[in-house]
Amino acid sequence: MANTQSMCTSFLGEALDAVHNFSTLNPARSAGVADTFKAALYLTTATLNASTTAYSATGEVSGSGYTAGGVAVTNATNPASTNASSTAGVGYWTPSAAIVYTSVTLATAFDTMLMYNSSQSNKAVAVFTFGSQTITAGNFTLTMPSNTTTTALVRLATT
Amino acid sequence: MALVTTTKGDMDDSLLEKREGSVDNDIECTTWTEYWLDGELVHRSAHVTLKTSPFSGAETASLG
Repeated sequence: MANTQSMCTSFLGEALDAVHNFSTLNPARSAGVADTFKAALYLTTATLNASTTAYSATGEVSGSGYTAGGVAVTNATNPASTNASSTAGVGYWTPSAAIVYTSVTLATAFDTMLMYNSSQSNKAVAVFTFGSQTITAGNFTLTMPSNTTTTALVRLATT
Repeated sequence: MALVTTTKGDMDDSLLEKREGSVDNDIECTTWTEYWLDGELVHRSAHVTLKTSPFSGAETASLG
């Protein structure tokens, strides 16, 4: 069993279905209000990958100070897009603040964060992996990459 | 002097052994801080900075 970093395949289709609303500018529904995205942590023994379609408590971390389902992702910056050339461009988005699990004890090793849409039946967005960690009476902080065309956390691009 | 949250409550850091570490690779830059009391781990925090994202490509089909 292992976790694999990946954009969730279901998310790609759902993006075309306008299931996920990362923006306050979305005119299709709930204009002015973006969906709520959350970040849950998973054990090294879990199996999350491109086939993951939704949040599940199976394989999720547990421990003092951690609430099943994880924490809400701060989203104060709407997605952006830009052209790199006449035939290539990228749409991108990054949470606007670090994801912090405060005062937790997570004694069993974990190495994965699943981002999912808690406004839309907990549908999965992407799986992010990192080196195995445990936390003891402390904080676990995930700092986001810069929100640029080449480093943003979620990118959809032509090549 | 600073207080550290531990499994035994808030403690003066002068009573504890501090250990720190880091890893920096293509995927992440991670630092962690541990405090030990008489050989027992009583605090561990970690800070992961993600460097990569699961890039997804897109393309259009040719017409005709």
